[in-house]
Amino acid sequence: MLHSDVANSILRQRVSGILKKPARWTVLEIAFWVMAVIAWFLLPDQHLILTEIAGFAILALSLDLILGYAGIVSLGQAAMYGVGAYASGLFSIYVTGEPLSGLLVGALSGALVAFLTSFLLLRGGDLTRLMVTLGVAAVFAEIANQLTWLTGGADGLQGITIDPLFGVFEFDIFGHTACAYSLAVLFILVLLARLVVSSPFGYSLKAVRDNPLRASAVGIPVNPRLVAMYVLGGAYAGIAGALFTQTQQFISLDALSFQKSADGLMVLVIGGTGYLYGGIIGALVYELIQDALSSITPQYWQFWVGILLIAFVLIGREKPRNLVTGLSARVAELAGRASRSQTSKGRAP
Amino acid sequence: MLTLLFDGMAYGMLLFILSCGLAVTLGLMNFINLAHGAFAMAGGYVTVILTNRWGMPFLLTLPVAFLFTAAVGVLLERMFYRRMYDKSHLDQVLFSIGIVFVAVAGIDYVMGSQQQILNLPEFLRGRVSLLGVGIGIYRAFLVVVCGILAIALQLVLARTRFGSRLRASVDDARVARGVGIRVNTIFAVTFAVGSGLAGLGGALGAEILGLDPTFPLKFMVYFLIVVSVGGTSSMYGPLCASILLGIADVLGKYYVPTLGGFVIYIVLVAVLVLRPQGLFARAQ
Repeated sequence: MLHSDVANSILRQRVSGILKKPARWTVLEIAFWVMAVIAWFLLPDQHLILTEIAGFAILALSLDLILGYAGIVSLGQAAMYGVGAYASGLFSIYVTGEPLSGLLVGALSGALVAFLTSFLLLRGGDLTRLMVTLGVAAVFAEIANQLTWLTGGADGLQGITIDPLFGVFEFDIFGHTACAYSLAVLFILVLLARLVVSSPFGYSLKAVRDNPLRASAVGIPVNPRLVAMYVLGGAYAGIAGALFTQTQQFISLDALSFQKSADGLMVLVIGGTGYLYGGIIGALVYELIQDALSSITPQYWQFWVGILLIAFVLIGREKPRNLVTGLSARVAELAGRASRSQTSKGRAP
Repeated sequence: MLTLLFDGMAYGMLLFILSCGLAVTLGLMNFINLAHGAFAMAGGYVTVILTNRWGMPFLLTLPVAFLFTAAVGVLLERMFYRRMYDKSHLDQVLFSIGIVFVAVAGIDYVMGSQQQILNLPEFLRGRVSLLGVGIGIYRAFLVVVCGILAIALQLVLARTRFGSRLRASVDDARVARGVGIRVNTIFAVTFAVGSGLAGLGGALGAEILGLDPTFPLKFMVYFLIVVSVGGTSSMYGPLCASILLGIADVLGKYYVPTLGGFVIYIVLVAVLVLRPQGLFARAQ
């Protein structure tokens, strides 16, 4: 009786502790971002590729939020991505070329699209969701194709000019500014996503993902939670699109194509879902593979990507995530042991 | 107007043949196979190669296309698909997207990226006018062939021993195994027939839909729409859905060209929102 009371209070303390503070930074995570900064300084020739990786990573991050944390399978991320890209592009042409407000416009329009279409997702299972997201993305692609006067149709949207960042840093053709900018945006978005997924809201979403019926039984409003997360994911995808527009200063219908959605999904699952870094790692790996393959077989690199994808699923796609979590656990353990031995040394004499 | 309706119906029948294999694999076996279009493309290319390069009569190439894609289907099923049945939907999606990429790039490499022209035999060309309705002979041919196939399929599924075994295996594979049904074989045969039908559809549709390496991606959405709109209770669902979509698409493209591309997607989203299990859903 007494024993169970004590156990209960300990449990309560631990749970409230977990819910109160955002998850702690691991050594590996810090090392990752330090490496990203170092990469900017040491690899000035690779800035265009790094920018592209950051863009892919944000797209995959948005998908991770809704797939990895809310369990919504989507093949239509391109809808939010493309609308964000076009909205920020049009904003820069007709209103102002200031980049940060352009990102905001991208985020808002992506979130709006996600909100308006989220209600279509609340019915039916995986297959229905796949089809509805696919259909919605196709509708937006068709709209952009038809509204030639606004979007430039098949020729793409031209004449986008972006003002210097903070009025100081010009977007140069080597992509130095664009690269630092993209990495910074990615960092801030990951930071924000960490806060969200380690909040009580994030935990309730995981409950919904794992078992919607049980989640609703313990009083979690399932549908509003799914809508909220989908909207957040949409905002992220919109930012990814806006970032693409600003760094490339050009948009074509590709931004809304099925290929884009498939790319995002592929990048995410290569890195693993449900731990936020999956998209980033996946983007890195995917870009390196694509770069290597397209230099070997410029026309047919997709063939090898397909083979990789098949092999990857057959081997098991949870492998990379297990690798990373295992690795970070080891590092944390080593670090913990080192600090413990230091404190015990300090106490011993 | 009637001519358009007829064209739409022929187009819908074609969609049905292309998608009914998917209706079985995706609908009945609950396997999300986005690579279905790749099988259709394979059938189309078989027919084009046989008629154009080897001079085989068109009608004779149709069964060859069916058999060839069925063989490929069985091979892939034994090698890969079998292991994917129990995996999550996401895994199945990724796996089949991988297959699509391989097929697209592979065909591009072997056959080139240009559109293939299929030479139809003389007696299938031209139009006749019947009671004021202009009917393309090839389209009439499509309607007849596809109609026969639809009826045959429904009869096989609903009336034969194989059909009831298949339905049993799908509903509860464990119990089906328990009563002595060879579930693995049934699934393999079904998958082969589904792929073969896709191949046949690709062969028949090469003339109307056009055939180039992007075929699986271009028409993937259409196949999926047919199946998810039609539901999976019987072959009538996909058939009705195909005809509805075919007519909607043709009429939409003719009367409201600016809206043309949307019609099919709007039908899709509307149906799925109103009836998430499809128009003709099996009772849950």
